[in-house]
Amino acid sequence: MSIPFVDLATILPELLIVGIACLVLVLDPITPTAKKDFLAWMSLGVLAVCALVTMEDFGETTVAFSGLVVVDSYAAFWKMLLYLVSGLTILLSMSYLKEEKIDLAEYYAFVLLALAGMMVMVSGADLLTIYLGIELMSITLYIMAGFKRFEARSIEASAKYFVLGAFSSGILLYGISLLFGVTGSTRLSEIAAVVNGPALNDPLMLLALMLIIVGFGFKVAAVPFHMWTPDVYEGAPTSVTAFMAVASKAASFAAFLRVLLEAFGGVKPNWNMLILAVCLITVALGNLVAIVQTNVKRMLAYSSIAHAGYALVGVVVAGWVGVETGVSSRGVSSLMLYLAIYSFMTIGAFAMVAILRKGGLEGEDIEDFTGLAKRHKGGAFLMLVFMISLAGIPPTAGFIGKFYLFMAAVNAGLAWLAIFGLIFAAISAFYYLRIVMVMYMREPSPEHEQHTRLVLSPQVSVVLACAVAGVVLLGIFPGPLVSIADLSILPIK
Amino acid sequence: MFDLLVLLIPLFPLLAVLANGFYGSRYSHEWAGRLAFGSVGLSFLCTLGVFASVLSNPEPREVLAWSWIFGGDLSINLAFLIDPLTTVMLLVVTGVGFLIHVYSVGYMHGEEGFTRFFTYMNLFMVSMLLLVMGSNYVVMFIGWEGVGLCSYLLIGYYYEKVSAGKAATKAFVVNRIGDAGFLIAVFLIFAHFGSLDYSTVLTQASSLSTEMATAITICLLIGAFGKSAQLPLYTWLPDAMEGPTPVSALIHAATMVTAGVYMVVRNHVLFDMAPIALTTVGIIGGLTALFAATIGLVQNDIKRVLAYSTVSQLGYMFLACGVGAYTAAIFHLVTHAFFKALLFLSAGAVIHSLHHEQDIRKMGGLYKKIPITHAVFLIGTLAIAGIPPLAGFWSKDEIMAHAFVHGYYHLYILAAIGAFLTSFYMFRLTYLTFYGQSRVEPHVAKHIHESPPIMTVPLMILAGLAVVGGFLGVPPEHGWFHSFLHDVATPVGAAPHAVDMSTLLGLMGAAVSIALAGWGLAHYMYSVRPQMANEWAEKSPQAYTTLLNKYYVDEFYDRVIVEPFKKLGMLWDWVDRHIIDRFVNGIGKGTDISAEAITWTEKHVIYAGLNVVGYGNHLLAWSWRKLQSGMVHHYAAILIIGLAVLIHLVVLWFTGSSIAGSSGY
Amino acid sequence: MDVPVSYYVVLSGIVFSIGLVGVLIRRNIIIILLSVELMLNATNINFVAFSSYLGNLSGQVFVFFALTVAAAEVAVGLAIIIALYRHSASINIDDFRLLKW
Repeated sequence: MSIPFVDLATILPELLIVGIACLVLVLDPITPTAKKDFLAWMSLGVLAVCALVTMEDFGETTVAFSGLVVVDSYAAFWKMLLYLVSGLTILLSMSYLKEEKIDLAEYYAFVLLALAGMMVMVSGADLLTIYLGIELMSITLYIMAGFKRFEARSIEASAKYFVLGAFSSGILLYGISLLFGVTGSTRLSEIAAVVNGPALNDPLMLLALMLIIVGFGFKVAAVPFHMWTPDVYEGAPTSVTAFMAVASKAASFAAFLRVLLEAFGGVKPNWNMLILAVCLITVALGNLVAIVQTNVKRMLAYSSIAHAGYALVGVVVAGWVGVETGVSSRGVSSLMLYLAIYSFMTIGAFAMVAILRKGGLEGEDIEDFTGLAKRHKGGAFLMLVFMISLAGIPPTAGFIGKFYLFMAAVNAGLAWLAIFGLIFAAISAFYYLRIVMVMYMREPSPEHEQHTRLVLSPQVSVVLACAVAGVVLLGIFPGPLVSIADLSILPIK
Repeated sequence: MFDLLVLLIPLFPLLAVLANGFYGSRYSHEWAGRLAFGSVGLSFLCTLGVFASVLSNPEPREVLAWSWIFGGDLSINLAFLIDPLTTVMLLVVTGVGFLIHVYSVGYMHGEEGFTRFFTYMNLFMVSMLLLVMGSNYVVMFIGWEGVGLCSYLLIGYYYEKVSAGKAATKAFVVNRIGDAGFLIAVFLIFAHFGSLDYSTVLTQASSLSTEMATAITICLLIGAFGKSAQLPLYTWLPDAMEGPTPVSALIHAATMVTAGVYMVVRNHVLFDMAPIALTTVGIIGGLTALFAATIGLVQNDIKRVLAYSTVSQLGYMFLACGVGAYTAAIFHLVTHAFFKALLFLSAGAVIHSLHHEQDIRKMGGLYKKIPITHAVFLIGTLAIAGIPPLAGFWSKDEIMAHAFVHGYYHLYILAAIGAFLTSFYMFRLTYLTFYGQSRVEPHVAKHIHESPPIMTVPLMILAGLAVVGGFLGVPPEHGWFHSFLHDVATPVGAAPHAVDMSTLLGLMGAAVSIALAGWGLAHYMYSVRPQMANEWAEKSPQAYTTLLNKYYVDEFYDRVIVEPFKKLGMLWDWVDRHIIDRFVNGIGKGTDISAEAITWTEKHVIYAGLNVVGYGNHLLAWSWRKLQSGMVHHYAAILIIGLAVLIHLVVLWFTGSSIAGSSGY
Repeated sequence: MDVPVSYYVVLSGIVFSIGLVGVLIRRNIIIILLSVELMLNATNINFVAFSSYLGNLSGQVFVFFALTVAAAEVAVGLAIIIALYRHSASINIDDFRLLKW
């Protein structure tokens, strides 16, 4: 038996990335310390190559490995986003790791391996592949969270993430096994046929569905499965936090939506109310708890929870019963748009946290931003743009994202959901602007003045430039991205 | 040519923002200031050009600045709509804005962050211009949020003052709550019309059902009430006085806070279809007019008196909208912009000359020392009090007359009492500030000086406008102003209302007597028998302190939102310590729990039940912080509880309905 | 003797619950790890049982993957536990509460 070459070609980007990841691991010991940057550049190079390869996937749907993997526009959209985010993470890490004195080249191998896992997730058409992708991503992230292995908080974050992550994937896997028992398959398309036929409303199937929702809810950090998020985000190295907050969330949403729509698209009433409940509580809790945080990374962690809640609005719209296909598709495309925009602003905000140094440490308290506008006009302005965008104030991209999402909700007849979301978006201004306030309206103490500073390197400048360009340009010219998202949606049943 | 002029109006301040924002540190303050007011001046000139063109051709014209394609089924352009209403707003915004910018150069002279100040001011001008010029709701919304953001930045301008930062945040959050309402209205409009252009929406408005029109307009109103500081969202405006005085004049008196009125008038076609919304506007406006005026009676901070007076005057404008007198609302908006900017700026001149003293109990007898400021302030007072023939008289009288003639007697009474109080507290302010014994602290008194010409000249121009501005609308209901705005601000289906001249003259007489009565009382209390005010205060201390404390509304909001959250925080702490741990340990201490449950019910549920109203915000935040204990098994437990709740929900939803019939059961 | 498939499902449910409760109540992080393993093995019982019952081999294939993943997870988990132990000479999960609130 041999694997047809055509099938290997469809997963060419994954193969390339895993290959280069292995190569980085092999080259690491034999590369002189001064030249380790080369490995990072190599990783960036492979991302660029993969992006070119994936570009070809838009507009075509290829099913490979007898239905385990599907490569379609939807997967291509997410993969492009993931390449971009991974690339920015690598750039951000290059100087950050040196500052933190943890510049080991295996880090880049981990980024690539986690990326490979995410790519498997977004193009998995079978629960087996999706599960493998999730595990590859998660196990790599467990390690990355503890990358500052000399710091107690980092290790603790890693341990907590590991225990809870393993726990949640146990639950997810149990759900998959039950679903297999009910439907006799793990293939999404085959599951769809059974759950909407013989196994309609089977209690065991419902239980399986709920366990799967819990598993994915954990990965996207939806309340009440989010408890790990603040702790892990705070303890992990900031570049890893950025990667987790953006890439892993995007990939998890992509897989979640595919499972819900392709396997359970015929039985929307079984899950849409649950997602709605989770969505409401996530939006509410994420925003409210963020108000009382004093650590920026923790605050951004809750903010990422809140944004997951907004993104769930897209899932709710996609799963709403009794609306036209066009409206449901708008739910999917607005979710995609929202997460793309969210990626830019979040990675920008985390990059700012990463480069703010207090003595030899990271400046991660909100207080550390005090009076930043006086000393680093440009830096403070960038942070201002990211915060405004996260709060969803025009003309930044954050506004466009929310505008589309809530517009989709209103079109689906869920005006009250839009109202709910908007009220909490209004409240969110409170904590985002707190950072703006300390930066612009507080006088720094002499101590602060001496010890906190922004450490800029060319690579970080590129990251910040990309992020701010994304936030501003997508705010002013959202058209192209919207069209791409519209063309890349999943077929809605 | 016309298109170019229109595009240049917001472009000039935008260029100044970019220049001052990015290169402001490379040149002197003088140049930054010149750039700032020069750009607004150029905008004003362009506006005059546009005005001349609109005079000859009042048809609405759209000018496309940018095809801002949104993709899909939605296309939104950055486009401007020029019609008489826009033109009037443009004249006010750029004209008064220009004068305030000139004044600011003198007022802010030597302040640290001078360039920063003007960058924000110009950014505000850009946003405000987008707001009034936009040809669709999205552009308006961008301006709407933009002015809020600039207001936030400018209120917090004195960042060494903690209160300024708090006031800024309060203003912004309250505004954003209003903005959320506006955005929902935008969504509803899109869901119904499939377009967001005024031209489409306002011409097809008749296709709306009354319910839909009511929903949309109520949402719009939430936005308008937040932005224009009406009940119950007004508390941010008095606090906003923490900002520099020119900011108060520009943003919190002349332009931004009137955006709500502009929005209502712009959408009056929708409001005309929703009688409930219109009634709400009228009543909220009337109540605010009266309510804020009573608070204004006893305030001792010169700027706070003016702030409450602004809230009150905005109430008149909404009242006018509520009775269908849209033209009168805009007319009052214009005259108010003149005299309120004048009052704020001259108050600023007083504060300036007294070295940042704002307490009117420490003023008095200033009329000799700063005669120009005194003269213009007096003109402003006469204008706002409604003494003919100054501007305020004509516009306020028109609103009240309209309310009376169209049978809204309850609103007329609210407005009349409000007018009496307005006259009283404004003259009280004038007497305490400029006449009588000097109560200025000696070391300050030595340095009292008149302001430089760069400040007094704009004051004199505004004073001139406050005197003659009213004649635009004379004779009432048939003046030049009315014919200019006729096409854009006439209520749908309004029949011409013939009112005999004697009624009108009678109403005018009544208005004048009310104003004079207020003046007379103030004169008696603060000039003839200055101790009388104190006697009254002693006689009815409760009424006095209630007013002085602004009806305790701030305290009420604190009580309803802050206090309960602390209590619930404790409750959640208890839940965390007892329930979660117990769940986790799986220990069956049933008896204990039931015993404690009874105590707990007594202590927390009943108590909490009483306070249920405002449990909203922080309480959850704090309680959840408690839950975030750092213990992994707690997190796992919560995850499992979440799962259990989901299962429970599903069982609830499916029992009895579809599941019973399925084969699996 | 024919054992009905439901017996296996009940067995796996019991094993899964033991694992789940173990994660919730045990403090020793290695025991927690073992409890997670129990959960995963409960899954494997399910897969094998269903696979045999349905005559569908893909369940057994899934078991192989699940086993492999579990092995990888344990390897990484033990490494993390060792790092943790080196730091604080404790493997009681309750001792790690730097990150909270």
